[in-house]
Amino acid sequence: MNNILSILIFAPIVLGIPILFFGKNEKLIKIYSLVISSGVFGLSLYLFSIYNAANPDYQFIERFQWVKDFNIFYQLGVDGISILMVMLTAFIFPVTILGVWNSVTTRVKEFYFLLLLLMGALFGVFLSLDLILFYMFWELILIPMYFIIGFWGGKNKFYANLKFFLYTMFGSLLMLVAIIWISQYLTPQLGKFTTDYLALKTVSPYIPEAIQVWLFVFFAISFVIKVPMFPFHTWLPDAHTEAPTAGSIILAAVLLKMGTYGILRFSMEMFPLIFMKYAWLLALLGVIGIIYGALVCIAQKDIKKLVAYSSVSHMGFILLGIAAMTVESIQGGIIQMVNHGLSTGALFMFVGFLYDRRHTREIADYGGILKTMPIYGSLFLVIVLSSIGLPGLNGFIGEFMILIGSFNSPLLNNHTYTIAATTGVVLSAVYLLWMYQRVLLGPITKEENKTIPDLNFREIFASSLLLIFIVWIGVYPNTFLSKSEASVNKLIQNAQTIKTNLIKLP
Amino acid sequence: MVEYFYLITVLPLVGFLINGLFGAKIRNEKVSGIIGSLMVLGSFIITLLAYLNITSLPQESRSITIPLFNWITTGSLNISAAYLVDPLSVTMCLIITGVGFLIHVYAIGYMHGDRGFARFFAFLNLFIFAMLNLVLGDNMLLMFLGWEGVGLCSYLLIGFFYEKKFAGDAANKAFWVNRIGDFGFMLAMFFIFMNFGSLNFAAINAAIPGSLVPVSMFTIITLLLFVGATGKSAQIPLYVWLPDAMAGPTPVSALIHTPPMVTAGVYMISRTSPLFSMGPIKMEVVMIIGCLTAFMAATIAVAQNDIKKILAYSTVSQLGFMFMAMGAGAFSTGIFHVTTHAFFKALMFLGAGAVIHGMHDEQDVTKMGGLKSKMKITFLTFLMGGIAISGIPPFSGFFSKDEILSKLFFAGHYPVFAIAVLTAFMTAFYIWRLISLTFYGKPRYDEAHVQPHESPALMTVPLIILAVLSVVGGFIGMPHIIAPNFIEHWLEPVFAPALAILPEHHVVASTEYGLIAFSILVAVIAIIVSLKMFKSGDRLYAFSGGFYNLLKEKYRVDELYDKIIVSPLLWLSGIFYRILDVKIIDGAVNGTAKFFNSLSLDWRKIQTGIVQDYALFSVAGIIAILLYILLR
Repeated sequence: MNNILSILIFAPIVLGIPILFFGKNEKLIKIYSLVISSGVFGLSLYLFSIYNAANPDYQFIERFQWVKDFNIFYQLGVDGISILMVMLTAFIFPVTILGVWNSVTTRVKEFYFLLLLLMGALFGVFLSLDLILFYMFWELILIPMYFIIGFWGGKNKFYANLKFFLYTMFGSLLMLVAIIWISQYLTPQLGKFTTDYLALKTVSPYIPEAIQVWLFVFFAISFVIKVPMFPFHTWLPDAHTEAPTAGSIILAAVLLKMGTYGILRFSMEMFPLIFMKYAWLLALLGVIGIIYGALVCIAQKDIKKLVAYSSVSHMGFILLGIAAMTVESIQGGIIQMVNHGLSTGALFMFVGFLYDRRHTREIADYGGILKTMPIYGSLFLVIVLSSIGLPGLNGFIGEFMILIGSFNSPLLNNHTYTIAATTGVVLSAVYLLWMYQRVLLGPITKEENKTIPDLNFREIFASSLLLIFIVWIGVYPNTFLSKSEASVNKLIQNAQTIKTNLIKLP
Repeated sequence: MVEYFYLITVLPLVGFLINGLFGAKIRNEKVSGIIGSLMVLGSFIITLLAYLNITSLPQESRSITIPLFNWITTGSLNISAAYLVDPLSVTMCLIITGVGFLIHVYAIGYMHGDRGFARFFAFLNLFIFAMLNLVLGDNMLLMFLGWEGVGLCSYLLIGFFYEKKFAGDAANKAFWVNRIGDFGFMLAMFFIFMNFGSLNFAAINAAIPGSLVPVSMFTIITLLLFVGATGKSAQIPLYVWLPDAMAGPTPVSALIHTPPMVTAGVYMISRTSPLFSMGPIKMEVVMIIGCLTAFMAATIAVAQNDIKKILAYSTVSQLGFMFMAMGAGAFSTGIFHVTTHAFFKALMFLGAGAVIHGMHDEQDVTKMGGLKSKMKITFLTFLMGGIAISGIPPFSGFFSKDEILSKLFFAGHYPVFAIAVLTAFMTAFYIWRLISLTFYGKPRYDEAHVQPHESPALMTVPLIILAVLSVVGGFIGMPHIIAPNFIEHWLEPVFAPALAILPEHHVVASTEYGLIAFSILVAVIAIIVSLKMFKSGDRLYAFSGGFYNLLKEKYRVDELYDKIIVSPLLWLSGIFYRILDVKIIDGAVNGTAKFFNSLSLDWRKIQTGIVQDYALFSVAGIIAILLYILLR
């Protein structure tokens, strides 16, 4: 399978098209989508097994010229960083489809078609090695997401959707400007105009600083909006709250990772010097996000909004890890991207389970339902604990590696970032356990809550799939850490080499 | 043999998984209870084998590392899941699994008929698992896993009766306060890793002698570790969660209050003793905080009426004693007190459970009285615990407490010694107040409705065993002047590195005899006064002035924390959300959108569709251009 990466991208998209002709048989549509997405997950497992972790470079590269005049390439490749993102994407989709099985009742075939389209596009984002190709997939994401929120969203969906679309689009346009600019600027050095990422990144670190700063900023704005980094985060709570459960899960689990992945892949690799120069700012905003997000969480009355703001806090850890630029902290950041995908995805799924039953997201409408839903309550607690960062579960591994790595970061060279970030560990316990208490513990005060049915087999099965990995990463993270280690090492070494090269220059 | 030691932790984990996953399916109290108890008994037996195994080794090689697997490996971080079997961890494991097993057996009787029976045993086993990891971990991170794990289990078990609001509140409080301590623990790990490049105890200890790490760094690290210890071991200022923790079922209180749950902080300091021994200040801080906590908690205990609350504050106070020992450099004495305290405090908690059980859930000692004839075994065993904690020889508590006092005295910490003696007096006083009000005098409850009865054998047999241990447990740590001190010798290899650095204190035999006589005298006076005062009811009401009320209300520390921490936090989060986030940050985002929106609305007005207007604009434009050219 020489073109396994292309198959990953196009299998869900192409095989999703027949859904549109399936007619009204909803069950068939759902089963078909589940089979396709599971098949793609199987394929990604195969990729995971044949990926050579010892080789830090891009593997399974596919390359052919796409637009001849501009030397735009259809170029794909996977390295230790992107393989984990691919695995996460491939895993989350079938689990989501299974988890929200009966949540969507209108326009069913469109919904599942869009989900599969989204899946393929996300693979495209994580596998593209050409800036224009990357940009195309990056923007393609918006279309299915726009419709998913727009058609199946909540009461306030139009406002939320427009905000989500315009906000992230604004960032993307700056990125497009930067892509054209950098390709244009480097035409003399490369002998031709090209958007080939592998070619560009060899010379881009040597662009004069005055220009490089702007290129860096244009790319970075697009990425940090997606993360979202404080203070560019306000689209997130609205989009999350209004999106249907499946939309929220995928938005949190995978879409946000596009931002942090972009920073790692493009900002750090193309502009290492500028990155190192402004890493403190990224770290600072990350740390502010951790504390700010957590504090705002405490004040939430809507469960979904609380989980959404918790993302701001948790993504702050990942930003800190990346900005600290040590092997431990970046490795922690990458594993934390996976962890956040699993844990926050699971949190949204569990909020969805409740919403399906009671059609309210207000914390005050619940209370004491552990009595009626013991299985739900037990599984939910494990997920909450993983999000809190309890040792033995996945969240702790990522947070710990990020914190210990950034503490000793020569780049940040300041313990304050880490010390401040560590308070997030206390705060996350405060808002999540308090939420858990208000929703599940205490006496049942509302009549409707006395008869909520507990999770059924399908729901238990879907959440167990997430829980398996939540425990796996907590107990034996090396399965995943070992895949990305070589690539992360190389990324950091490259940056160091470039720095020394530039210092040597007069 | 050594390769099977990992089963010590695996068995309780298996028990947790069986009862946790299938407990609802088993639906059989006997099966759940027996599985839970047998798993702990199994690990007790293996721990005994481990004990025999290492006693057969020469003293200097009594430290076996059992590697399990690599936990986190990346960059310079290389943390393995490995167990360290040495005299200290084996001692702790024996207490955890031994006392833990008795508590399990007792719980089969106590929890009989509870809807969450299997869930309860699952949590108990998980608790044992976490504690064992805490003490067996060969590096700080694995210890932290156990550390947080016991925090989680206390959360689960304190909130066991989750339908009651206060149970949920108490559970959250326990977790949150512990997390504040964990914050210190985590930072300490970061500093240690930065300075020593490892989190492995053996590696850290090996790097200390002759290291270039500045003394101030040791101070930072150890004070941060101590923050962690104050959280877990309920010392000032983080002790507030422990008294509330009695919201859980009584066997849980016994488990939380005795084996290395609350004593985890003491264990942690023991394990990192070489760090604490480097340079000044830190040992004194540990000692003074311990001393203040011991005293303060004892004063509160004097004024409480809830039988479990009295015991809870008593634990806080006794923990203070252990920290005083740690601070005085008497590490093995501290561990000795951990051991004896585990016996007599577990005994008294389980005894209190039997009383509450027999009194149909009455917990107020002022509403009891005269139970000694109705609950003979409970009374007699509780009496053993009471004598032990008061410090009457040859009961176990006497030896450990007396040794702490003597270590304080000979190290020259006279003010601390004086407060400790005063606290010892109050300890005997409040425990005998509890005993008098509960077991002596006339019944003060409604005899028509409440018929106190003795508990079943499942509950009384553990009480008897613990009572025996409370009586004889002290012989493992006799004063040197009387007999060889077994436990000190046994733990010597663990504490040798730290003791090599700390100054040695000379013990004068005649003074030591004097001290022993003095401390016995103090205890006897306290007991007599207490018995006299309370045999016929609670006399403290007679002079219930302002200070007594302050004690009764626990110095209003909870209210203070509410005011200076909880309320400001809620206020701040409200401000952050409603003003900063919604109004300012999101306001700016929406403002940008509105700006363009209104801009387009205004500019749209120019497009009136009236031809004359357009002609006017054209003319105005032409004039403007002409003027520009002319006046340029």
